[in-house]
Amino acid sequence: MTARAMWKGVLCVGAMRVPVKLFSAVQDHDIRFRLLHAKDMAPVTQALVDPNTDNVVPFERTQRGYAAPGGDMVVLKADELASLEPEESRDIALTRFLPVGAIDPQWYDRPYFLGPDESDEHYAALTQALERKQVEGVAHWVMRKKAYVGALRVRGGNLLLVSLRHSGEVVPIESLALPSGPPLDPKELAMAQQLMGMLEENFDATAYHDDYRERVLALIESKKAGKKPKLKVVRTKAKTSDLATALAASLRSVKAGAKEDTGAPA
Amino acid sequence: MPRRKSAPPAETPPAAPPHPNPEASAVRGFWSGSLAFGLVSIPVNLITAERTSRVALRMLGPDGTPLKRRFFCSKHNEALESADIVRGYEVEKDRFVVVTDDELKALAPKLSQEIDLTRFVPLDDIDPMHFEHGYFLVPNKKSGKAYRLLARIMEDRRRAGIATFVMRGKQYLVAIIASGGVLRAETLRFADELRSTDDIGVAPSKATDATAVDAFEKQIDALRADALGADELDDTHTQRLLELIEQKRSKGTDVIAASDVRFEDSSGAQIVDLLQYLKDSIAGGAKSAPNERKRPRAADREEAAEKRPAKKRATRDAR
Repeated sequence: MTARAMWKGVLCVGAMRVPVKLFSAVQDHDIRFRLLHAKDMAPVTQALVDPNTDNVVPFERTQRGYAAPGGDMVVLKADELASLEPEESRDIALTRFLPVGAIDPQWYDRPYFLGPDESDEHYAALTQALERKQVEGVAHWVMRKKAYVGALRVRGGNLLLVSLRHSGEVVPIESLALPSGPPLDPKELAMAQQLMGMLEENFDATAYHDDYRERVLALIESKKAGKKPKLKVVRTKAKTSDLATALAASLRSVKAGAKEDTGAPA
Repeated sequence: MPRRKSAPPAETPPAAPPHPNPEASAVRGFWSGSLAFGLVSIPVNLITAERTSRVALRMLGPDGTPLKRRFFCSKHNEALESADIVRGYEVEKDRFVVVTDDELKALAPKLSQEIDLTRFVPLDDIDPMHFEHGYFLVPNKKSGKAYRLLARIMEDRRRAGIATFVMRGKQYLVAIIASGGVLRAETLRFADELRSTDDIGVAPSKATDATAVDAFEKQIDALRADALGADELDDTHTQRLLELIEQKRSKGTDVIAASDVRFEDSSGAQIVDLLQYLKDSIAGGAKSAPNERKRPRAADREEAAEKRPAKKRATRDAR
């Protein structure tokens, strides 16, 4: 099966050029609900309304406004907004190369696979060079009137481009005050470390499934057949007040569990 | 890209509850529950670590009046309040099954209130393709000590806690990551939400040209750095937008004076400063979650919509 490319571009590494096709690496299986009017089960539509007159304003007649501090409203015209759009280009410019892992995951946005476009001669060479140098590239490009920055990585012998969020889109941790309190108890720290050690394993994405989605679909099916679902009572967790006691009890229970079940990490 | 028409059918994001003010849903939901680490239970609030954009543009009418988004019944064209609206799943053409929040919660009561950390993995093990959205975990007054303990041991060993949990009617795979003494929850895409290169038909190439590899390696060495550049993640579009706004303000062109701006009733204009809330609450433990932000974020929403793949929008626009 060959998917359709969503965009075509050219990776520019210095004077070297690598023509590539871009494919979305994401497919979602979200259950899509519609908003309905409860009384007649008709789908709901949205519209923009002038709150003073209650009249609907068609999208074509809307303008954008920026509410300045102090309350003044600066009106922005469509052509002014259009003039701010970045210039169209096919270039994906590589500006620097970082050690793999240098970019904090909080910046990652959407992954795209890159495939060779026309010749794959340089594609293979760049892949190999990135792999040998153990680096990821920082890429800048413009796609569909929007400027992107991304990380170019190697994954399974292919090039992967992960778009990154802009600095204004992530709340910086440095700006937050740290949770504070008295120094942590060395005994509690040791027990917590031991407990985490017993629960350590490698990450295997295939070990996790969205079984809740199946339950939602089953609920819909049974309601479709006219059955009324029973609402389970939400249980509340028993509270353990003392941290050291809870940690010690956790260690005992994990150890006991590990003895019974040899598959669990010991 | 198709532009949004004046009245597209309202479709909720995955199981988002119907909301009186759709702009408010731009702040991705607050979730209150517990982190479970063995038998240690750490009550936390989940708060988005993302902002869609720094500049929120309002939708205005032709005369500059700030507009409001409102729901209408597609059959009788009457304006609806949130109490009139339910969530439905289309089981066949024009036939819907209504699903309530309580029913969705009852499907997985434990997952709806607890993130059970039963596995810890090396942070660098997680393929960047999986990362989706970031949240901060905010401790409450009582959970501060256990929170700090967990953050410390995870950060020291560069481990992420992996679990699944249910928020707003959807199950999420999540990596709990400690950084700078703060715990974050990064939602991860499930394995089947990611395509493989086999699905796409991109075959790893075998041919290698030693001269070209060499040339690329030279370029890589020339552009080597340890970290992202300070301005590399700058949103130049937003900067230019702010410049334009400043220009117009200083010249006084297209500026409607505050006294002439006919805002909707004040209930719609309440703004909670997310950053200030986080600053206060992570340090001191949250007293309670802030009210949902009610600032209209029409421009943000459009931008968010544009980030989504075209196919999704197409189905949304289909009537």
